[in-house]
Amino acid sequence: MSGHSSSYEPTSRWGKWWDERLPIMRMMHGQFVEFPTPRNLNYLWTFGGILMLCLVAQIVTGVVLAMHYQPSDVAAFDAIEHIRRNVNYGWMIRNFHAVGASMFFIAVYIHIFRGLYYGSYKAPREILWILGVVILLLMMATAFMGYVLPWGQMSFWGATVITNLFSALDTVWSGLGTAIVEWLWGGYSVSGVTLNRFFSLHYLLPFVLTGVVILHVWALHITGQNNPDGLDLKQPSDSVPMHPYATAKDFVGMFAFLILFAWFVFFLPDYLGHPDNYTEANPLVTPPHIVPEWYFLPFYAILRAFTGSFLGIPLGGFAKLMGVIAMFGSILVLVFAPWLDTSRVRSAKYRPIFKWAFWVFAFTCLALGYLGSLPAEGVYVFWAQIFTVIYFAFFLIAMPIIGLIETPKPLPRSITDAVLGSGAAAKA
Amino acid sequence: MKNLISLSAASLLALSALTGASGAAETAAAHHEIVRQPWSFAGFKGQFDRAQLQRGFQVYKEVCAACHGLKRVYFRNLAEPGGPVFPEEAVRELAASWPNQIPEMNDQGEIAGKGGELFKRPAKLSDPILGPYLNDRQARAAQNGALPPDLSVIAKARGVHREVHWAIHPFLMLGDILQGYQEGGPDYLYALLTGYTEPPADVTVGEGMSFNTAFPGHQLAMPPPLSDGSITYQDGTKPTVDNYARDVSAFLAWAADPSLDQRKRIGWVVMLYLLVTTVLLYFGKRRIWSKLH
Ligand code: HEC
Ligand code: HEM
Repeated sequence: MSGHSSSYEPTSRWGKWWDERLPIMRMMHGQFVEFPTPRNLNYLWTFGGILMLCLVAQIVTGVVLAMHYQPSDVAAFDAIEHIRRNVNYGWMIRNFHAVGASMFFIAVYIHIFRGLYYGSYKAPREILWILGVVILLLMMATAFMGYVLPWGQMSFWGATVITNLFSALDTVWSGLGTAIVEWLWGGYSVSGVTLNRFFSLHYLLPFVLTGVVILHVWALHITGQNNPDGLDLKQPSDSVPMHPYATAKDFVGMFAFLILFAWFVFFLPDYLGHPDNYTEANPLVTPPHIVPEWYFLPFYAILRAFTGSFLGIPLGGFAKLMGVIAMFGSILVLVFAPWLDTSRVRSAKYRPIFKWAFWVFAFTCLALGYLGSLPAEGVYVFWAQIFTVIYFAFFLIAMPIIGLIETPKPLPRSITDAVLGSGAAAKA
Repeated sequence: MKNLISLSAASLLALSALTGASGAAETAAAHHEIVRQPWSFAGFKGQFDRAQLQRGFQVYKEVCAACHGLKRVYFRNLAEPGGPVFPEEAVRELAASWPNQIPEMNDQGEIAGKGGELFKRPAKLSDPILGPYLNDRQARAAQNGALPPDLSVIAKARGVHREVHWAIHPFLMLGDILQGYQEGGPDYLYALLTGYTEPPADVTVGEGMSFNTAFPGHQLAMPPPLSDGSITYQDGTKPTVDNYARDVSAFLAWAADPSLDQRKRIGWVVMLYLLVTTVLLYFGKRRIWSKLH
């Protein structure tokens, strides 16, 4: 890693010996102790550290669960009950992992909205942002496959519905979609074979994710952090060393987050799940409402907004394909945000119109989430279609146009000015 | 923005029209709201009431066990802390006399005798509490095609669905989260067991079915299992359907979540630790940052 030099000097002979051969301590010192962090960061900047914590927690609890779990259609459901009842503190480890997935998503969504609000996706942080989108996709794949593992009714039917999405490709090339779906399933329906491969991938992907997280942090340390005023670091007084300043704040954020986490683990472990997942998977009984985990609901709403017609436009046989494209598109569109946004100013703090667009967008995501939890019928479909349009309009229309027409508020000259008021820079 | 407001006003109307319509359909089937019960184990503070769990087990044993198994609960669990905590010796005897014995191979490695009947032995403390049927087929054959589900996790596998206006939905959710409300399962079970009524005039109940206000669809194949006075409690609790239903629902809540007491007790300590540490860290952070300004 480069971007910042290190003043690390080993004190012991052992330290010197090591430093001449693999200067990892030098690097860590430079990147995580002396590293300059903007002095105006607020608590939304603690979510990166919180996400690291979530990742480590998922891997540690996951590895322990895997010691007691059995990825087979006849044994999986019993294995989870075995963990909950017979393994020492198994209930706790299982709750940590299941609740942890939700906490991971709460943290990542806050992290992403933080980025959208303060313009963290803009130059020079495009690669950093895109790596973030890759992380989100990997998280989604991991969580989706993890949810299949307890082999309850929602596991089974959720897997069936989502894998079946690929069959929409049949409208592009007859038989293509079906072939892909059967290849994913390893058969003609979701079965123990599917469960076994999902377990394999569920174990693998978090480590791929870890690799991408390392790249993400690397990219971060090249460009440095954005900040609530969206200004570049211009002078030494604009930043403070990461340790002890940013680290002290990160710990407050992490522990505050752990309060929420523990509240769910110990008092509401099943609140975020679905009761149907305590009924063993049964291919012959379809649950009345198949709903994914809460963190997929906005995307699920977009998928299902494409019924036979969309806001009066008939879609015919392409409805399903359109839905699938829109659903994946709703995440992929994030990749283009750095180029869709035409404003030179990063932070919404200084962007009076964009700020509004942002809050409308945030409301839209919540509304889509709510609609995703309801059956796709009647007015719900109509509203899902309206909000789908607003969702995409935020990126494709609001971002480019607002940047052109908006007059940003005057920016402070520097971060130091923003924190201490103008004129303070002279004193500092 | 103005457009958005009028749009949401329109949606409000549309939604209320829709919920109004579904409400009307429900009243035709004599729907009654599933009411939240004051469980001893409710919320983030609640713990199981041992005497209630003991009575609840008695109801299960004397009534429900005729049709339903409890295969993920082991006899030994009945003597463990956090549950009904029957004396171990009593549980050992109970297991030995449990009518549904444990299938077992004989010394020759055979599972069944000449006539096809399974070899079985009496249950031990370490054995699961089996129901009367060996498999779903046998259960359906005995119950007119209906399947009495195993009750081990039924309290977690059921919940209560609330029809509320979208605008109050987030506040109710927040309220539930702050209270630690997780008792939808037992609330439903209690409503189910006390929900047998005469069907409304416009409903014809199918052959072998019973009308029930709580069951989705309102007709189920389980005949009303409880009646006043059918079970004699030892501790002077009134022998009413209401009490039986309450006690067996609490027992099933424990069966589905045997670590609840321990979980919450650990939870309090964890919360206390986290709150104190967060506050300390916050003041530590303020001290560190105060040098800057
Ligand atoms: C005579 C046999 C019989 C007895 C005794 C009996 N049940 Fe049932 N039970 C059934 C059958 C059959 C079903 C399946 C009903 C259906 O699916 O229509 C059932 C279903 C249930 C269900 C599932 C309802 C749902 O939401 O799907 C619960 C819970 C239940 N019983 C609890 C109990 C309890 C508690 C007792 C003891 C108080 C009990 N049962 C006694 C036969 C019985
Ligand atoms: C990116 C990190 C991870 C995420 C987001 C994640 C997510 C999930 C989810 C949503 C479930 C279903 C929980 C439930 O309802 O019970 C689950 C289950 C499971 N996961 Fe993970 N997981 C992650 C990492 C891991 C790792 C690294 C392992 C193993 C090494 C693992 C092993 C398991 C096992 C064995 C289960 C089944 C047990 C259970 O359902 O409780 N997970 N995971």
